[in-house]
Amino acid sequence: MRILISLLIIWFTASFGFGILWSDELDQIQIRGFKLGFWFAQQGSIYIFVLLIFIYVFLMNRLDRKYQKDISNKQDIK
Amino acid sequence: MSTQELTYAFVGLSFALYIGIAIWSRAKSTSDFYVAGKGVNPIANGMATAADWMSAASFISMAGLIAFMGKDGSVYLMGWTGGYVLLALLLAPYLRKFGQFTVPDFIGTRYYSKAARLVAVLCLIFISFTYVAGQMRGVGIVFSRFLEVDINQGVAIGMIIVFFYAVLGGMKGITYTQVAQYCVLIFAYLVPAIFISILITGNPIPQLGFGDTIINSSTYLLDKLDQVTEELGFLPYTESLKSKIDIFCITAALMFGTAGLPHVIVRFFTVPKVSDARKSAGYALIFIALLYTTAPAVGAFARVNFIDSVQDTQYTNAPSWFKNWESIGLISWNDKNSDGIIRYEAGNAFVDGRPKFIEGYGPYGERMTSNIPDLSNNNEVYIDRDIMVLANPEIANLPGWVIALVAAGGLAAALSTAAGLLLVISAAISHDLMRKTFRPDITDKQELLYARLAAGLAIVIAGLFGIYPPGFVAQVVAFAFGLASATIFPALFLGIFSKTINKEGAISGMLVGLTFTFSYIAYYKFINPSMNHEENWLFAISPEGIGFIGMLFNFFTAIIVSRFYPPPPFEVKDMVETIRQP
Repeated sequence: MRILISLLIIWFTASFGFGILWSDELDQIQIRGFKLGFWFAQQGSIYIFVLLIFIYVFLMNRLDRKYQKDISNKQDIK
Repeated sequence: MSTQELTYAFVGLSFALYIGIAIWSRAKSTSDFYVAGKGVNPIANGMATAADWMSAASFISMAGLIAFMGKDGSVYLMGWTGGYVLLALLLAPYLRKFGQFTVPDFIGTRYYSKAARLVAVLCLIFISFTYVAGQMRGVGIVFSRFLEVDINQGVAIGMIIVFFYAVLGGMKGITYTQVAQYCVLIFAYLVPAIFISILITGNPIPQLGFGDTIINSSTYLLDKLDQVTEELGFLPYTESLKSKIDIFCITAALMFGTAGLPHVIVRFFTVPKVSDARKSAGYALIFIALLYTTAPAVGAFARVNFIDSVQDTQYTNAPSWFKNWESIGLISWNDKNSDGIIRYEAGNAFVDGRPKFIEGYGPYGERMTSNIPDLSNNNEVYIDRDIMVLANPEIANLPGWVIALVAAGGLAAALSTAAGLLLVISAAISHDLMRKTFRPDITDKQELLYARLAAGLAIVIAGLFGIYPPGFVAQVVAFAFGLASATIFPALFLGIFSKTINKEGAISGMLVGLTFTFSYIAYYKFINPSMNHEENWLFAISPEGIGFIGMLFNFFTAIIVSRFYPPPPFEVKDMVETIRQP
């Protein structure tokens, strides 16, 4: 649950935050040909989305394994 | 070979491939038909999901929209990808764990009510048909422009192909054809983009290229575009016109709508394990991101090339693509100052929207229209945004086989999405209406027969939409997403994360979301379009973004109403508990 909320916070900041709400401020910064706010809106947010899902997959798989171990430990005790 | 022969060859080959795959992977049981026997590899499922999701709108229209909207076009990029994060984190794994065939299955079981299932089926059929109509228009455009067959014949050919593999193969056939279609469409999208990127900036990666300098100069492409668009009276390319709140709501409506689209959700029912559902959402987004990060580059390149090759050109010397698209009615030129030179600037060419062509030609050979020219500006060009991706390789003078490839790619995008949607419609009818509501006594075999009949019927209706297109396909897409986010998403989300929402709450929530969103969009788009301006909108939110507000209303209603009725029975609480365990 904590994983979910923190990933969703990043999701919100990258897209709605950098891409929309603060995008004009970020546009003041220019890296090569891109204004930063524009880049976040059209490129950056998408890359972050992909990363987020894979981080989630990784963390959940780890959780799954831990959870399964817990179950088998309990069965051992019995 | 000429471009047209090449196009025939490419399109014919790709169609033969799809049919071959369909025969190889015929469906034998209802489980095969609805969820491909739950045995699809997550990477293959990711590709299929990507092809399913990337419709004619993504392939054909999106880059064109971005080219003309500039930064405001970002709503589509973020909205249509960000939804996958929600899907992967909040819905897909849980729904897979629940392990049934359809979305109404979940809603019907979780809210222990046939009424809830029926409301879900209603929303689902409406969303899916509006969406299919758009695909069929895409098929029509590609056929009429590149193969020079009649639009009606084109749609008919498309229908036969889809009929063949959707009815025969069900989800299994569709999944494997979609994998092939994804390969065709992404290749067709990237090749011209890479070519054009090299031509304009010398950088072979379009994603980096459009932030690069123009070849043989030290100006950045986007800076030049800002400057040129501003000179012609447009807003600079990288600045936005819409209000922040409106952009916020449109993006949100598209994101939650994406997460609530039934044909996307159902794809996650096809993988073997819950962990595969998560993984396959990730792969799907990678495959989608490949196209979605290229699209803004394509848009920027297209805008530059378009302005370069059209602005201040003598009409008689205009490039041949300009006249080709004019002849099928998607470009129009109205020589306001009668000098024979094309002027492209900000403002509308006509007071009354789309060109209405009449018989006869003007002094320079242009097609005549009966529209009233808009004399408040000097713009003489009407251009349909849908043509940018298809025309782009011609505008950039790329070789014939690239143009042929793009035509095959556009068809792959439209057909794959149409097939996925048709399957959802047929499953809703045969499984949710027949088996679970009206005729619970039918056998598996009979259900499969009903599913095939329903798919066949749905294809015929969709084809009719393509032949007699409702003149408002673009607006209708706003409908589909708005409704998905206002009805299905909240019902699924609350169903998974709350144990206290009961059937009364969920049904009233869906109905409130549905009626509110439906009437808001219908009012501004169809009943009273002249009122469709920012000052009349509720909280300055356009009809495209209202689905987000509808969603909030849905949540609110569902939670309040649930307090006044008895809590859900024990089995349901138990079920929620189980699906939340990984």
